[in-house]
Amino acid sequence: MEFFDIVVSILGSTVRLSIPLLFTALAGLFSERAGIFDIGLEGKMLAAAFASAVAAYLTGSPWLGLLAGIGVSIMFSLVHGFASITNRGNQIVSGVALNFVAIGLTVVLGQAWFGQGGRTPQLPGDARFSPIILPGADAVREVPILGPLYANVISGNNILTYMAFVAVPIAWWVLFRTRFGLRLRAVGENPGAVDTAGISVSWMRYRAVIVAGFLCGFSGTYLAIAQSAAFINNMSAGKGYIALAALIFAKWKPVPVMFACLLFGFLDAVANFMQGKSVPLIGEVPVQIFQALPYILTCILLAGFIGVARAPKAGGAPYVKER
Amino acid sequence: MSLDPSTVPAIELVGIDKKFGPVHANKNINLTVAKGTIHGIIGENGAGKSTLMSILYGFYQADQGQIHIHGKQTVIRDSQAAISLGIGMVHQHFMLVENFTVLENIILGVEGGMLLGRDTDRARAKLQQLQKDYGLDVDLDAIIEELPVGRQQRVEILKALYRGADILILDEPTGVLTPAEADHLFEVLRVLREQGKTIILITHKLREIMAITDEVSVMRRGEMVATRTTAETTVEELAELMVGRRVLLHVDKDAARPGPVLLSVKNLTVKDGRGVTMVDDVSFDVRAGEIVGIAGVAGNGQSELLEAIAGIRKPSSGEILIDGQPVAGLDAARRRDLGLAHIPEDRHHMGLVLKFEEYENAILGYHRDEKYGRGGFLDLEAIRKDAEEKIAKYDIRPPNPRLKTANFSGGNQQKIVVAREIERDPKLLIVGQPTRGVDVGAIEFIHRRIIETRDAGKAVLLVSVELDEIRSLSDRILVMFAGRIVGEKTSDAGEQTLGLMMAGIAA
Repeated sequence: MEFFDIVVSILGSTVRLSIPLLFTALAGLFSERAGIFDIGLEGKMLAAAFASAVAAYLTGSPWLGLLAGIGVSIMFSLVHGFASITNRGNQIVSGVALNFVAIGLTVVLGQAWFGQGGRTPQLPGDARFSPIILPGADAVREVPILGPLYANVISGNNILTYMAFVAVPIAWWVLFRTRFGLRLRAVGENPGAVDTAGISVSWMRYRAVIVAGFLCGFSGTYLAIAQSAAFINNMSAGKGYIALAALIFAKWKPVPVMFACLLFGFLDAVANFMQGKSVPLIGEVPVQIFQALPYILTCILLAGFIGVARAPKAGGAPYVKER
Repeated sequence: MSLDPSTVPAIELVGIDKKFGPVHANKNINLTVAKGTIHGIIGENGAGKSTLMSILYGFYQADQGQIHIHGKQTVIRDSQAAISLGIGMVHQHFMLVENFTVLENIILGVEGGMLLGRDTDRARAKLQQLQKDYGLDVDLDAIIEELPVGRQQRVEILKALYRGADILILDEPTGVLTPAEADHLFEVLRVLREQGKTIILITHKLREIMAITDEVSVMRRGEMVATRTTAETTVEELAELMVGRRVLLHVDKDAARPGPVLLSVKNLTVKDGRGVTMVDDVSFDVRAGEIVGIAGVAGNGQSELLEAIAGIRKPSSGEILIDGQPVAGLDAARRRDLGLAHIPEDRHHMGLVLKFEEYENAILGYHRDEKYGRGGFLDLEAIRKDAEEKIAKYDIRPPNPRLKTANFSGGNQQKIVVAREIERDPKLLIVGQPTRGVDVGAIEFIHRRIIETRDAGKAVLLVSVELDEIRSLSDRILVMFAGRIVGEKTSDAGEQTLGLMMAGIAA
């Protein structure tokens, strides 16, 4: 049964590693569907991680940590919006700039406030989001196959994990079954149509980036005070970019986004597991191969090998009324 | 139709004035449009028609002036305000979300409640009624990008009607339509007028004005120069009012004196990116000293044919000879060296780099020529002098080679391309849509240049969807339908005959 234990363990860490990707990719989904490219997901996640860790440390409450994470992330979104919506700046430049600001600012503030080289102090258990044991998890643990899956993969995650999976159908519903979603998708395809229908393009796009900020708040918080117990320098470590790759891989659709994030999380879990282990016949596989796979897969997709990925048509372009 | 002056006009504009920086787009415009009529607004590109209509639709605010709708003075702050006053607009470039359904496009902005669903069903019922009332047949669940443009335009009209428009503004509505689609549009407009709707039709096609409007107002350089009752005016008078001088609508030319064959196309087949055959086994010759026109409804393979000859698109079989030499392996630049010049169909995408200054576009594609520089370096002095000469010769306005090309009007942009290609003194000139979106004055000018090129002993291949243009310029007319050449006629062939051939009905 050793093989099965490995599977359960890898699946468990797949879920844990997918969650920050999932929140972030959903954030990107709202922003990009509205026509605002968001390369700054990474920065928002990092800033939110720092803010949540600080707030949780000061107040002792993970929920206030989450609130702070969301708040700071939305502030970053608003800066991105101000640059790219109001002032019609280049969305990529603005996003990259915010990433740099986040990397620098978190370390500088962390060092100034706590003097631990940019880290925040270790959080006690009740200032974090702790694993929740679902009812019956211990009882079914001994049931073959399904028991361990339920106990170790489905149960035993923190509240944010469950929220991430609930967020997927909600995102779908909002985008495809509400007036807000219809207008949001329209503004990402043809803002002129939205403008002539008498709806404010700017306000619509601001609302979209605010939603993106809100969701990035969750992913940052998850990193700092659910998965870890403190903020660590650059702890997002490129997850924002992987999430972006997942978003493209999923062709900007909510449910495929979830599967893409799970796939990329799975690759990450396999990479961690394979560290230092050797594969029969092949020998030791460098971990970097697994880490590069999400990007390679996305490139293959973009090259047109797995259907056509059609980005929102007005994506990246500031809206200017034509003369 | 009611033209009773005692009724309150649907629209009354008084002293509308609008400046964009140094450009005075609308100067003290007065306009009265009677209720239940079709009112044409005609003028060259850049005359200020679209600006005026954008002010009426709340896209821009006038600097000065008053707007009265149904006798009541109003301020139209944004499109929402225009919509609630019962004004609807069908834009030249459709304002549709291409991957949405027809229904989604129509309800966008007037969805009803926060949730889609029940309100959508209500919208569907209302739309089906509107479709029945006005003969605007279109599948509500179709995806926009899968519909032909004529249908997309119906969606725009439905959109306006659904919002309760009783004043409808159409901006250059027939520019993208086939003749049959245009006829259907006019049918719809007549029905709308009968139902008491007021329609403003912006166009630069005089024939449309004569065919459908009750009254017509003429704009020139930002001013409203005249308003006429359509029945009491003539095409000639309107053309003169638009341009400010007499215009020759028919080109005078001598009989062609055909010389040796300069372009020979043999059994050419061309496929598009999806693998669909666009040009199907086409053969023809063009001789020195003649203009061969290719007539056809847009999308019947003319574009692909031109691109294959120009060396932009690779044919899947067949042969092209320029001046007797097979050009199969030669790219566009090499073909130009053989004496080919190409005025592409779409100046914005293929003819010009709009962000470049005028003088840069004036040599685009010919920058390797010795007279413009050596050893990889450009001789800016020579290039600018060359540009200035072309500007003078082609009356390009404003006469400033340092101006960004995007800031020239459509007609002047086209002149930049025409000057570049014709002044290189080619043996063979291939021309696509030479006067699309070009004002009357420039049309006349460009037509004359093309004929002069022929008279100088060059071979000219002309592709145009404007049948009038084909008939007045060509010495021989080939009709293309579904990728094939379905017949050849002389230039005195009737419009009716050619029209039937273009529709694939007669040969």
